[in-house]
Amino acid sequence: MNQIKIQNLSKDYFEVKALKKININITEGSLFGILGPNGAGKTTLLRTLATLISPDEGTIKINDIDVVKEPRKIRELIGYVAQEIALDKILTGRELLDFQADLYHIDQSNKLERIELLINQLDMQNWIDRKCGTYSGGMKRRIDLAAGLLHLPKVLILDEPTVGLDIESRNIIWGLLNDLKKDGMTIILSSHYLDEIDKLADTVVIINDGKIIDQGNPTQLKNKFGGDRIILKVREFSDSHESEKVKKILEKIDGISQIVINASQGYSLNFIADRDKDLITKLKVELAYSKFKIFSLSQSQPSLDDVYLQATGKTLQDAELYMTGKRDLKKESKQSMR
Amino acid sequence: MKIQQYNLLFLYQETAALTKRLFIQLKRRPSTFFAGILQPIIWLFLFGALFANAPKDFLPGVDSYGNFLGAGLIVFTAFSGALNSGLPLMFDREFGFLNRLLVAPLASRLSIVLSSFFYITILSFVQSLAIMFISFLLGYGFPNIYGLGVVFATLILLVLFVTSISLCLAFVLPGHIELIALIFVVNLPLLFASTALAPISFMPSWLGWLASFNPLTFAIEPIRIAYSSNFNLDLIALNAPYGDLTCRNCISLLFLLTILSLVIIRPLLNKKLT
Repeated sequence: MNQIKIQNLSKDYFEVKALKKININITEGSLFGILGPNGAGKTTLLRTLATLISPDEGTIKINDIDVVKEPRKIRELIGYVAQEIALDKILTGRELLDFQADLYHIDQSNKLERIELLINQLDMQNWIDRKCGTYSGGMKRRIDLAAGLLHLPKVLILDEPTVGLDIESRNIIWGLLNDLKKDGMTIILSSHYLDEIDKLADTVVIINDGKIIDQGNPTQLKNKFGGDRIILKVREFSDSHESEKVKKILEKIDGISQIVINASQGYSLNFIADRDKDLITKLKVELAYSKFKIFSLSQSQPSLDDVYLQATGKTLQDAELYMTGKRDLKKESKQSMR
Repeated sequence: MKIQQYNLLFLYQETAALTKRLFIQLKRRPSTFFAGILQPIIWLFLFGALFANAPKDFLPGVDSYGNFLGAGLIVFTAFSGALNSGLPLMFDREFGFLNRLLVAPLASRLSIVLSSFFYITILSFVQSLAIMFISFLLGYGFPNIYGLGVVFATLILLVLFVTSISLCLAFVLPGHIELIALIFVVNLPLLFASTALAPISFMPSWLGWLASFNPLTFAIEPIRIAYSSNFNLDLIALNAPYGDLTCRNCISLLFLLTILSLVIIRPLLNKKLT
């Protein structure tokens, strides 16, 4: 059953179109991953779901309740863990959880029980009574997650919860998310870590530049390619002219498809090759015939990055670097202030 | 999860939590609280000494400048505290903590405003009592029980008036630098353009007009009257250029200004907190 229905969702920040007619359905009890580089629109989508911003167009319904029309009812249903961890550094972790419980009107007896349970689940016993200002990134993220889970939300919204975390904290969070999913909680998780989404998500949507590129089960998305991912370089640093020539040669070979030139990686050629043991030999012969040598050739199982690369001509990592240079974080921070 | 059912109870629970947070902050970082007491006391000593030899007849209804100054400093302390009340909210906005409040199913987001108001009111009361006590030790007298009632009622109105404006500014201005700059610009000029340091009769005409419309004056004069032994709400508190105002008139004007400010800022707070 679809618990969350997002239809034609659009949001602009002045001249920037952050979301462009997004349509998503999320099944109850599933872990839904949102994958995309920074600046793709993931946070805007999640902030809209969390009632923090209103869409310019479209509707979002959770349990058939409209997010814009009845935000308070929605707030009772959701737990939101934002990308920027906002803790009061003067309070201890326990005081923060106590404060959060009161904001969600949890009664006194349940409050203490829930706080203790989460302290144990997230392994926070040793530092929970220290001031939040002394916490490491991993500790902050865990206390923030605990705050989002205190009232046992039906839907947990997590905006890049493991960015910059140590392995221990990341494993604890992944373990907890798996447990919550088993308990029937719907989890929406945004990330730009491929392995995280691949490992945890039942369904994934890939977003770029405010638009959905693809969505489905991660395995199905990868299998869609029907072959192996090959990355070929004829020189360490090739150029567009040369790589176009090679591309034309590859296009003539049966069993090779979806050829993309990746300019940011020395004009390497990325393509899908059928799982035919003679294909690579045939490829080498054709290249040699046209007087091209092979500098490097790697063969791997397709990943979600390939889905992204196929649609945009860039890897997620490249997109990340490109957006990092393009974004005005100060301006975005001002825009997100209420 | 068992969630309590009554909205009023919810409002109480969330307001208490928000207020408690402010007091925990105060307990762990008390410097501004003590500075808020220390500064007026220093003023009381220095200004008291500076004008100790001022002619008695220029101070209406009091026999020393220290007596005259006390009311002004009590109001100034409450006013400064209330003017700064938007700062914690501004920091919450800047650091994203406000989002934590905004995604919570608060019974009413009025609780965010109420908690600031309760916090500043209690703080002002404690600071004012400290100043009044030290003034008493210096021989400047102490109001009787009715006078004390008037002092606190006046402070509540002033704090509500100024707090609402400060919270509004915390939402309107882009950041804490701008808010602090505005506080700097407004704070002392408003004090000097009131009857805190000198009576209207002592001022040039234009300043007298300005002071007689200053909300601080409407708070200072009833408190000054509250110190007199024959305290009465109908005593003339202010000889304004446009006519005499009784203690009751001053408090009523302050009440009207408070209501007006709440009416004006309400749409903005609704918009920002929805």
